[in-house]
Amino acid sequence: MSTQPQTLGRRGFAFGISALAGLVAALPPMPSQAAGSTPSPNESKQQHPEVTVWVVIEPDDTTIIRVARSEMGQGSMTALPMLVAEELECDWALVRAEYVLASDNLARGRPWGDMVTAASLAIRASHAYLRKAGAQARTMLIDEAAARWGVGADACVAKNSVVTHIPTGRTLRYGALAQAASARAIPPNVPLKRPQDWQVIGRPLARLDTVEKVTARPIYASDVRLPGMLHAAVAACPARGGRIGHFDAQQVLAMPGVRQVVAVDNNAVAVVAASWWQAKKALDALSIVWDESSADGSAGLELSTEPLARMFRAGLDASDVAIGRRRGDIDAALATAATLVQADYEAPYLAHATMEPQTCTAHVTAQGAQVWAPTQNGEGTLLVVAQTLGIDPSRVVVHKHHLGGGFGRRGLAQDWARQAVLIAREVDAPVKMIWSREEDVRHDLYRPFCVARHTAGFDRAGRLIGWKTRLCGSSISDALARDRLKNGEDHEMMSGFLEEDMVYDVPNIEVGYVMRNTAVPVCFWRGVNHTQNGYFREAFVDEMARARGQDPYLFRRDLLAHSPRSLAVLDEVARRANWGRQHAGVHQGIAIVESYESVCAHVIDLSIDAAGQPTVHRVVCAIDSGYVVNPAIVTAQMQGAVAFGLGAALDGEITLHKGRVQQSNFHDYPVLRMNQMPPVETYLVPSADRYSAKWGGIGEPGVPPIAPALANAVFAATGRPVRSLPLSRHPLAPT
Amino acid sequence: MTELTVNGTRHRFDGDPLTPLLWYLRDELALSGTRFGCGAGLCGCCTVHIDGAAARACSVAVGDIDGKVVTTIEGLGGTVLHPLQKAWIQLDVPQCGYCQSGQIMQAAALLAGNPAPTDPDIDDAMSGNICRCGTYPRIRAAIKAVASGSHAGLAPPPGGQLAATAKPVP
Ligand code: FES
Ligand code: FES
Repeated sequence: MSTQPQTLGRRGFAFGISALAGLVAALPPMPSQAAGSTPSPNESKQQHPEVTVWVVIEPDDTTIIRVARSEMGQGSMTALPMLVAEELECDWALVRAEYVLASDNLARGRPWGDMVTAASLAIRASHAYLRKAGAQARTMLIDEAAARWGVGADACVAKNSVVTHIPTGRTLRYGALAQAASARAIPPNVPLKRPQDWQVIGRPLARLDTVEKVTARPIYASDVRLPGMLHAAVAACPARGGRIGHFDAQQVLAMPGVRQVVAVDNNAVAVVAASWWQAKKALDALSIVWDESSADGSAGLELSTEPLARMFRAGLDASDVAIGRRRGDIDAALATAATLVQADYEAPYLAHATMEPQTCTAHVTAQGAQVWAPTQNGEGTLLVVAQTLGIDPSRVVVHKHHLGGGFGRRGLAQDWARQAVLIAREVDAPVKMIWSREEDVRHDLYRPFCVARHTAGFDRAGRLIGWKTRLCGSSISDALARDRLKNGEDHEMMSGFLEEDMVYDVPNIEVGYVMRNTAVPVCFWRGVNHTQNGYFREAFVDEMARARGQDPYLFRRDLLAHSPRSLAVLDEVARRANWGRQHAGVHQGIAIVESYESVCAHVIDLSIDAAGQPTVHRVVCAIDSGYVVNPAIVTAQMQGAVAFGLGAALDGEITLHKGRVQQSNFHDYPVLRMNQMPPVETYLVPSADRYSAKWGGIGEPGVPPIAPALANAVFAATGRPVRSLPLSRHPLAPT
Repeated sequence: MTELTVNGTRHRFDGDPLTPLLWYLRDELALSGTRFGCGAGLCGCCTVHIDGAAARACSVAVGDIDGKVVTTIEGLGGTVLHPLQKAWIQLDVPQCGYCQSGQIMQAAALLAGNPAPTDPDIDDAMSGNICRCGTYPRIRAAIKAVASGSHAGLAPPPGGQLAATAKPVP
């Protein structure tokens, strides 16, 4: 069997936001759902009239609140409806959440706005219009009741899904009003409640998606079952940049259940069979000769960890620097400094390892395509499918399922959707593609390997007068979102050091980034560039503190003297952690990182046993997310962020040898397990609008401070700074 | 030909005896609550009970369990919720939820053999079950709630408290 010509480069399947917006603008109206489609269990079925596009109220008062973003464990499916419910004055016990179909959104001119679920923005970006929609719907329901009674709307109140006429005590249920209310004009301007009047926002309400998750409901894309559906297992060339050399499909076509062997682009082979196991078994039996001659980077760079690291390190001395921030005169400051502190840092490639390996089910027919997808971006998936197949977007339906983990893997990176439809295009049936875990680890798009060099200067009085940072690594935006580049520069690679997210008060600062892109694909990873940069920054702060003979907490306090928001979080975490008052043998590390308009600080209590084995006894977390929609979800997100970030800091590392990723499954890419999970004490210190009118994110801000808190605790224990991760690289002598 | 009982129903399987139980359950019996995470016994997503003992369905060949009794998450509580499922709901344990069938099945096997597990017992029994979302603290709390019989009266899920009244959350 010959291989198909490659139709798109590797970058071809990644849409930038502007590309997406352009396509959206050009879209014709489309039918809301293809005939005979099988919706996902949580998809909006639009049974009854809408009271605004966000709310459907059934005659029995059941209140369906639509969700445009995705649920991947971070609680969107609960917290977003809470924002609507706050203003709607509905009975929360009657609320059900449903996904908006991407195709409906496009066909109707995007009344549900953006569907992207990334950058911790589900609440940040949508709280205003969701609260407004709730208030509009409530107004329409009250107006309808008032009209029926022939009274003024201002004599009526709504509460718990009932409108009451105050003077007479008459009542009407929402379910009895909704049909007529939906025909009323949507009032353009409605006042929103003051925060002190909130009844729903700020309560630790139970999640709406828990029961289905503990009772085995088929809610994930990998659970989809369709009539006549076949299953696909996939193997991509193990070496990055390599391609299919040769294979003979005849070798496996007679195996039980096997229907087809499909070449995908020019670099992967799929076996399609009656069950996934049959497909996988045949795939394993198929001798595929890979052509890895092109697996080198374009510059002839060997794609092995050490040459790559050398290249990135060399970037620290390069002159093609993008300057992200410049304050004062750094060169003069460092030239006149009485003391200099300098250190180089490194952070490894990391995989996402979502619990559910990459998967997507697709049915491609002459009429169009349907996919069932775990996507962080329903519209992005839709457009990638349309582009991959070369069909009009109006002929694509994307059924959104809950994600078995996202962490950035399922947003702008839509490689899995592309693969699924390229396979399904060749097959006369719906096909469910599931990657093996090995495929998932080896063909991830990784958090970039990055290096940093810090130089700090102190004057004779011991004051920090200059701090210069150089960063080098591969640009995520260049790979996945080129529209985010500024004149070809990726300033997001300097997150955590920029004006808006490093508030330390230093008179002379310079931060620069040297872009070095390779054939190793890089991607957003929960917390994104704040994670490696938060580590680089906060670990070096401890080095500076030690060089000055100062306590790391007090050293930070000085630098934050003019940043009350960060200072409050730092003080809270130190106070709650009993900073500086630990038992002998227990060492503490502190770190604070501002990200996604939240501020988060952690303190880790750690000991190292005689064998050099570290144990994290406790994590204390303080978080200021501006407002808190659901404190139980915030607390869960902080625990989850600790588990995610701590596991990576302890053991996480993806390495390459000649283009091949050397890890493959949880035995060689370990993640945090129950026996390593420390108790996490979370303190919420929401500042509301005291410092900004913004609502902070929650899914990611807990990750960036955890690695440096760990590094700093180890530094405190051993006296040796931890200048590269994971910690498992470093033999830890007993204390 | 293999015969086995799954959630009380007898089944005959005459396919490849090397087929992992996981894929037999998911693709043939449409019991998709047992989930695939690693295929190599490393993550616990696929945990079921075989003759009452926790087992990784991805690593057990159907041909090797002739005559055995298999219970999956769908059959755990019979027609009602298992106490662990109730505790999981009351404590809002899941985040993405993908690992939770396996966690609950593993926890059920633990409690069946050890009705009052200590923290180290829980670590021993549960550390083969990965949760990428990090729900471990609530898994531990839910197991203890069932062990102590307190799950029935549990208050709403634990939440962080706001500012002035801030208290640690287990
Ligand atoms: S899928 Fe069976 S242990 Fe991971
Ligand atoms: S809840 Fe997501 S992996 Fe456990």
